[in-house]
Amino acid sequence: MTENIRLEIVTPAKNVVSEDAQIVMAPGVLGEFGVLVGHTPFLTALKTGIITYKDVDDKERFVFVNGGFAEALPDKVTILSESAERRSDIDLSRAEKAQERALKRLEEDKKGDIDFIRAKTALRRAINRISLAQTR
Amino acid sequence: MATLKDVQIKIGAVKKTKQITKAMNMVAASRLKGAQRDMDGFKPYADKFAEVLGSLAEKSEQKSLLLAPKEEVKKINIILFTSDRGLCGGFNMNLINKAEKLIEKSGTDKEILFTAFGKKGKSWCKGCNQKTDYEYIGIVGSKFDFSVAANAGQKLIDNFIGSKYDEVYIVYPEFINVAKQRPVIKQVLPIPLLEKKEEIKDENKPFLAEHICEPSVNELLDVMLPKSIFVQIHSALLETSACEHAARMTAMNNATIACNDMIQTLTLAYNKARQAAITAELMDIVGGAEALKG
Repeated sequence: MTENIRLEIVTPAKNVVSEDAQIVMAPGVLGEFGVLVGHTPFLTALKTGIITYKDVDDKERFVFVNGGFAEALPDKVTILSESAERRSDIDLSRAEKAQERALKRLEEDKKGDIDFIRAKTALRRAINRISLAQTR
Repeated sequence: MATLKDVQIKIGAVKKTKQITKAMNMVAASRLKGAQRDMDGFKPYADKFAEVLGSLAEKSEQKSLLLAPKEEVKKINIILFTSDRGLCGGFNMNLINKAEKLIEKSGTDKEILFTAFGKKGKSWCKGCNQKTDYEYIGIVGSKFDFSVAANAGQKLIDNFIGSKYDEVYIVYPEFINVAKQRPVIKQVLPIPLLEKKEEIKDENKPFLAEHICEPSVNELLDVMLPKSIFVQIHSALLETSACEHAARMTAMNNATIACNDMIQTLTLAYNKARQAAITAELMDIVGGAEALKG
């Protein structure tokens, strides 16, 4: 492969990733998608999940994202998310605690109100973080 | 006339005050640096977000609930950003004056509710019998993350859709530079659409219009509009923090200068008094010697 695509993952706190990649895979709301250089302009919302990309040295890298948006342009992918962490930066014990908390809350309250939805999304976040952290 | 001892004590006191104001100045300076770093960190996100939102808004003809003005405006929510702590010059007063102007402008027939970020704004509301709906203390001027703005923003949106508020404004200081802050009023809800169209004209990116969107443009916009409010609140919070520290730095710098002036005047008074005492003593001695001669 000769050309690389620029990947930027931006959160309110900082730029998590800003580097060249050969291919980027991201979890769109309507399904996982991959972006190579020369992609047609594309905008999508993201699910909570994991972004995978191959860097210039052929290494696979993983970044957890908590929802957000992705904009793909022919030479650049920008991902906007409220929080994102590289695999090495995930705080496993914190995620495990969050999982416990969320499970407990779901156990107590099965009414399906706002708190229930909130606990469910928290659980999804925790599970994604933990499963990613365990592969390192 | 003050005795020598009195003046000496006073000089010591002013010197100590100067030490404190100087230390506060330096603390504020280092906090300001941190706040500015946070602000710079958020900028790429905010800019990109505005860009994407602008291009989406251009394509969408949909009238979202958050965009539509209410037919009759009765209840107004003002989000007042102030600091938690004082000793920062006219910083909080400027913001409060701005809010007062907004109340005046909106007329007397409307119900005004406040959301207070910061203790100073909250106690002002209490002092002049303004109703506060939500209070957030201990956030401005410290470390906080995006979830604060997201939670506060969600409450606003719920209340707006539930017709508890008909219009929402924010009053916060705009950070121009370290020496200059300007209180500004911005309308948050209903989201002003006109502004967005202007933004698009500035950006000459024709390819943005050819985006494929997933899910549809309207659905994306539905998700992004609430987030744009969170972004606005978060950036207002960041700016308020930076401005608070900048204002405190300036105020403390002025106080240190005032202390220096005072020390100077007092030292002059002290020296004069001392010289007067010496002269009086000399006169005594000379007088005594003259008397002995005679």
